[in-house]
Amino acid sequence: MRWPTILMFAAALGALAPATSATENLGDADAGKIVFAKCKGCHQVGEGAKNKIGPHLNGVFGRKAAALEDFKYSKSLVRAGNSGLEWHADTLSAYIENPRAFASGTRMSFAGLKNAEERANVIAYLRIFSDNPRDIPEADPTAKGTDHSVDPEILAIQGDPEYGAYLSSECTTCHQIEGSDEGIPSIVYWPDEDFVIAMHAYKDKQRPHPVMQMIAARLSNDEIAALAAYFRNPE
Amino acid sequence: MTLNRRTFLGTAGVIAAGLSAPMVLAQGKPRVVVVGGGAGGATAARYIAKDSKGEIDVTLIEPTRTYYTCFFSNLYLGGFQELSDIAHSYGTLAANYGVNVVHDWAVGVDRDAKTVSLAGGGSVPYDKLILSPGIDFVDGAVEGWDVSAQNKMPHAYKAGSQTELLKAQVMAMPEGGTFAMVAPPNPFRCPPGPYERVSMVAHVLKANNPTAKIIVADPKAKFSKMALFQEGWANHYEGMVDWIGEDFGGGNVSVNPDAMTVTIDGEETKVDVCNVIPAMKAGRIAELAGVTDGNWAPVNAADMSSKADPNIHVLGDASQQGDMPKSGFSANSQAKVCANAVRGALTGSKVFPAKFSNTCWSLIDADDGVKVGATYEATAEKIAKVDGFISQTGEGADLRKATYEESLGWYAGITSDMFG
Repeated sequence: MRWPTILMFAAALGALAPATSATENLGDADAGKIVFAKCKGCHQVGEGAKNKIGPHLNGVFGRKAAALEDFKYSKSLVRAGNSGLEWHADTLSAYIENPRAFASGTRMSFAGLKNAEERANVIAYLRIFSDNPRDIPEADPTAKGTDHSVDPEILAIQGDPEYGAYLSSECTTCHQIEGSDEGIPSIVYWPDEDFVIAMHAYKDKQRPHPVMQMIAARLSNDEIAALAAYFRNPE
Repeated sequence: MTLNRRTFLGTAGVIAAGLSAPMVLAQGKPRVVVVGGGAGGATAARYIAKDSKGEIDVTLIEPTRTYYTCFFSNLYLGGFQELSDIAHSYGTLAANYGVNVVHDWAVGVDRDAKTVSLAGGGSVPYDKLILSPGIDFVDGAVEGWDVSAQNKMPHAYKAGSQTELLKAQVMAMPEGGTFAMVAPPNPFRCPPGPYERVSMVAHVLKANNPTAKIIVADPKAKFSKMALFQEGWANHYEGMVDWIGEDFGGGNVSVNPDAMTVTIDGEETKVDVCNVIPAMKAGRIAELAGVTDGNWAPVNAADMSSKADPNIHVLGDASQQGDMPKSGFSANSQAKVCANAVRGALTGSKVFPAKFSNTCWSLIDADDGVKVGATYEATAEKIAKVDGFISQTGEGADLRKATYEESLGWYAGITSDMFG
């Protein structure tokens, strides 16, 4: 399916859904092609695309994370996939906004795309190459790209490391303070912002994992900031 | 090491206590004594010592030098762990955290004098006492069984030599033999434990003795993760496990350790191995300290302090706190809340609100892990459940494998959280 077909598809959906949202949220694929230049160093997409430093991105929509059999993913993404992460407009957007905050330990060494419009555009571009209808749940083309940038006011909260140290004891039952990454990821020495975004992504059930969603659900904004302040440099 | 059964591991930064006179401790410092070096006690000792940075003198009384965690001992039975993998010692708590580790039995508590007496003689004074003694068994809970029969019919519900014995008995079962388990009534340590054990024994038998049978006599009508275990037994060990619940007379059971028979609802069966897990109560020192009411020690949810004595805290399996299951994870969680409160009371450090959580992983077969967990808060009456989740039946193999790998990560995490 190439671009004209996509438009037809979007139009067909438009008949079912409010007409405005469909195109608005998909972003501009042409502009996205230009944004994709930032990704090209590692990822190929389109006819004949192969795995390079990163996996090829054909058919990524609706696919479980870390699902290509011939690509060696980080443990972190494998875990996320096993825990139920699928790539849709919202999850892709959250991931490329801040890869490490979304999936600790991902090998995607990319600082992230902070601009929501650029993200929507590049996702619209990638969407062209996920053309197998089986892989396109109806919601996908119109799903709003979740802007996972946390409210700047929340990011600006200065956490209390002493409170964070107390709260951290709930984390260290599983996550080792020495930073081991076997079976359970390391959470030490993270930049505050990454930590806060990751915890809010669990709290909003954006990141999949029942234990973490449960733990994050009852942490207040101040408590998440306190934990970030503590884990930034424990001891 | 010197001096009969009592040993102090002297540490840098801590004034060495007189070996024959444990009463002589650092002058002027507040003193915390912790009885029991498991998930509750070791964690509490470590956190108080670590966070008070030498302001509090912490003594940990634990009879064994090598501690075997009860959690993951079923994985040893199933051949997924070596016994040495679940063995821990207290050297780091002493050397790196300055905890006075006393290997002895606590045999009495004088609440007026605020001292704990030791089996080896002498006593240790405290300002705050933390009891985390785990469980003991209720006398006469299973007709025909008492602790003197534990070598014929092991309980294996305190890990170590009992677990080793049970495994040896399973491995020595004759072809097509019968393994029986007498499961305990609620409440008991590790609610999924007996059923994970059934799974692990089935795993071993399937490989070595596939015509063998497992019978479980259970006084309960349902049990933790029941649907998950029953699905797993049907999928992995078809026809091997016969679970007899309350509705079918599973609670009407007696055993004869000499004849190796089990009688369930009037029907006597000759068995080759019989794992008797009797009804449980708080470890004996809790009763000796006079802080129990019935089988368990009631505590205040906010700080795990005993309802009978504000200077005594009770952690883990021995405590009666409300909604949390008796698990190592729970004890570890409670220990941190308690440590924060005790430190605040003794040194004026900031006391933060109590938060508790628990997750229990169980292994059904190789790479088939499941989990259940919840968060809790302190209310005026009890520790109350806030939110929870459980693995679902029919989950994919990838997720189950990830859950198992996560449990290995958790084991490494909690044991380093306990022992440093």
